[in-house]
Amino acid sequence: MDGFAKYLVRRFFQFILVVFLGVSLTFLITNLSPVDPVEQTVSLMTNFGATDPRSVELMREALAELYGLQGSFLDQYLSFWGRVLRGDFGPSLSSFPTPVMSLIMGALPWTIGLLTLAVIITWILGNLLGALAGYFRSNIPLKLAGAAVMALHPVPAYITGLVLLLIFGYAWPILPISGGAQMNLQPGLTLEYLRSLVLHGTLPALTLVLVGIGGWFISMRSLVSNIVTDDHVVYAELGGVSSGTIFSQYVARNALLPQVTGLALSLGGVFGGAVITEFLFNYPGMGRLLVQGIYRGDYSLVLGVTTMSIIAVAIAVFVIDLVYPLIDPRVRLG
Amino acid sequence: MLAETIAAPTRTRPVLEVENLKAYYQMNYFGVSREVRAVDDVTLTINRNEIYGIAGESSSGKSTLIKTIAGAISPPLRVVSGSVRFDFGGSQLDVYARPKAMKAARWRHLSYIMQGSMNVLNPVRRVRHAFDDFAFKHMGLSPAQFRSRVEAHLKRLGLDPRVLESYPHQLSGGMRQRLTIALATVCEPEFIIADEPTTALDVLVQQDVLALIKDVQQRMASSVVFVTHDMTVHAAIADRIGIVYAGRLVEEGPTDDVFARPQHPYTAHLISSLPRLGDVSRRKALPGKPPNLSDPPSGCRFHLRCPLAIDRCRVENPPLVPRATGRVACWRAGEAEVA
Amino acid sequence: MFNILRDLLRYNVEFLIGFTLTAGIFLFALAHFFAPYPDTAIYLLPPDMPPSPEYWLGTTSRGQDVLWQMSSAIWNTMTFGLTVTILSRLLAVTVGMVSGYLGGKWDEALMTLNDTLIALPNIPILLLVYFVMRDQMSWPVLALTAALLGWNHDARLIRSVVLSLRHREFTRHAVFAGMSVPQILIRQHLPYVMPVVFFTAMNNLIWAIGLEVTLSVLGFSDINRPTIGGMIYWANQHQAIIAGIWWWIAFPIIAIVILFLGLFLLAISVNEYIDPRSRLSRMGG
Repeated sequence: MDGFAKYLVRRFFQFILVVFLGVSLTFLITNLSPVDPVEQTVSLMTNFGATDPRSVELMREALAELYGLQGSFLDQYLSFWGRVLRGDFGPSLSSFPTPVMSLIMGALPWTIGLLTLAVIITWILGNLLGALAGYFRSNIPLKLAGAAVMALHPVPAYITGLVLLLIFGYAWPILPISGGAQMNLQPGLTLEYLRSLVLHGTLPALTLVLVGIGGWFISMRSLVSNIVTDDHVVYAELGGVSSGTIFSQYVARNALLPQVTGLALSLGGVFGGAVITEFLFNYPGMGRLLVQGIYRGDYSLVLGVTTMSIIAVAIAVFVIDLVYPLIDPRVRLG
Repeated sequence: MLAETIAAPTRTRPVLEVENLKAYYQMNYFGVSREVRAVDDVTLTINRNEIYGIAGESSSGKSTLIKTIAGAISPPLRVVSGSVRFDFGGSQLDVYARPKAMKAARWRHLSYIMQGSMNVLNPVRRVRHAFDDFAFKHMGLSPAQFRSRVEAHLKRLGLDPRVLESYPHQLSGGMRQRLTIALATVCEPEFIIADEPTTALDVLVQQDVLALIKDVQQRMASSVVFVTHDMTVHAAIADRIGIVYAGRLVEEGPTDDVFARPQHPYTAHLISSLPRLGDVSRRKALPGKPPNLSDPPSGCRFHLRCPLAIDRCRVENPPLVPRATGRVACWRAGEAEVA
Repeated sequence: MFNILRDLLRYNVEFLIGFTLTAGIFLFALAHFFAPYPDTAIYLLPPDMPPSPEYWLGTTSRGQDVLWQMSSAIWNTMTFGLTVTILSRLLAVTVGMVSGYLGGKWDEALMTLNDTLIALPNIPILLLVYFVMRDQMSWPVLALTAALLGWNHDARLIRSVVLSLRHREFTRHAVFAGMSVPQILIRQHLPYVMPVVFFTAMNNLIWAIGLEVTLSVLGFSDINRPTIGGMIYWANQHQAIIAGIWWWIAFPIIAIVILFLGLFLLAISVNEYIDPRSRLSRMGG
């Protein structure tokens, strides 16, 4: 188990590094921008009519404290870290006085649910199709499926989502195109609510799956066609081992190893896809929250969501890193 | 014409008959066609209970020959003409005419020891699964019986049965090679092919492996064909050897005879290049390089480098004909001198 | 080099199609230099006109000619994409080659940094940059940020190529001959690295353009400068789908899909060409 322990330590160190760098980067971006968020917010507020100068001055001070913009650069940096570790980003300006953190906590489960489901389906389906297409090269149905999947791959997420929205929202309206669940339903473990959840999540999830499946298909197919020339596969064929066993145990199991690593690497990009999809289907997740925050000039909210999404992705990557040794004995046993 | 084997006659049919085998790499890339004649009209027979060594330098086509015999080829390598036929206890099996029957015969009747056993085992599964996948279905035993049979087999080969629970990367190179030999022999097949079984092993392990192969072969009375460029290995265990040059068989015969009295100039050179105790004379290298198999020389392929070449060699390719105890393909067979 | 291009065009169907599609779009975008109207002008023409002989692709609700708008839009989008790709290639090649060649501590440090950056989600960071820059946001700044986020994955690929080159004979000869490290990297190794760079460049270009479209569709860029995403943004603002002005949305989408398809086909055909194993199966299989 020595190899495993060393591996764990390395991965944990990487996790800490990612969080550290990500949070620092967020701080730097906001701090080094030429635009002063306090002034920006003040001008947004005072747009709604004349305000007397004293209240504006008070507002400036309050905002400066709220945004943690007082003190030297180092002071601000440390106080930012303090806020991150406490999970306190202050109140949201557009939904005053609701704390940013509770807005995030409300949206996070939706995003996690949607992404987990979509990523699992995409990864499994894409890799399965790709592996079959790579091993059974002359199979016509697989070739057609491959062409279809690859044709989807270069289409941007927004467009795939838009087309789905047009089809299922207008041409053949059998699925809801907005919201996370039906508005007037009480959230809970009732059958009706769960059904509504599934229905509303279908189109966003389908968009993410269609957008992502091409990539996995292509990489897996290429991996498999290389693995079939590896010594242990050739040997198994020389040994008269059945095709099914060779495919599942000799080829697929070895091909999955780099694909699990690839999954960890792709999570950053997947989150970006979720942002667009949630916006398009008005799905109440972190992506929609972020976009709305930007539209409304809500500084604290944007800062909070960005930081939390960095941390969330880092955690997800670490979890996958923990799973990897379970499938690769070489890492587990050194 | 099928050449008669004049080696020790056996009553039963030979276990392998290769007839006029031609296997070429045929490639077409961006409008340019190219044909590499890796195996060019090879005819040979292998009898039961013998060890046959195939010798030759690198890129002589010997590895391709062995792969073609095993039926382990894929495009762009194709069998252009000729046949490879096995006889496992009565029923004839044409490798390229009946692929399904061939697949069923694998491991039970024909096994293979690959070059570089570093990576022939599946890295993500324990060693015992290799035995399950390759051998279980041929033995007709219950899982428990199979397990004990495998363990006994491993012990006979000097391996601790605990290796079955290990992963390949946990074993040393020598252990992995023994394991490969164990795997290839557990079903007691009639025919074993070994491709460079001792290359990349250190000398002591080489000794072990060769002794193992010989021991297994004697006990099972099976036939072994192995390929190596190392002449000392042939001298150690082969009953008969065949010399391959540029995709063709140029000489064949009982090992002792070929070593003592090589008939072909190329063989003579190979034998004379072996170091001998007390002999301090300088070795001379053959002039030129091995021929390009996509554009081979006319006539006898060796004529450009042959010290005995005459005009006829440039024009006509000498056929492989019986001579003394073996076969030779040379217009001036028997005139070669061993330095 | 041109021989390779000619051979690929003649024998590789995917490359031919990809090349044609991409070249077609590129020529279409070039045409914007000859546009009869300035591309930022609005309400110049009768709005909401369907495609007709006079306005081939119709006009928008803002009184612009869809055809000429698209031409400018594609040009701007492609310029943005190319800027990102070139900048990020420079970074990826430098880091990849230095890391692969020097090895040891340098390699470890650079790759740890690389892996850390890969794990960061790009879009939230880009959105944050847009948010804090607001009106000061210009496309070069966005391009620079995207480039700084887009080099990681490819640096690893290039590094693995250089790693395999490091141990080859000709490298050792160069070292013995006294070539300095930069000389070796540029004169000896770069030719081997270029095909991989080209393949990753195509992928990166697709990614960068996709990024631009995504951001513009949300309205997070200079919306007065015509870009493909921007056209869709304005179409949404004017409820084009509901109002039945389908040509405003449909044609930009078709253009983007054609462009992406073309780039994608180029990428996979070149990749197949440079990968020796797939080359073997194409040769004789």
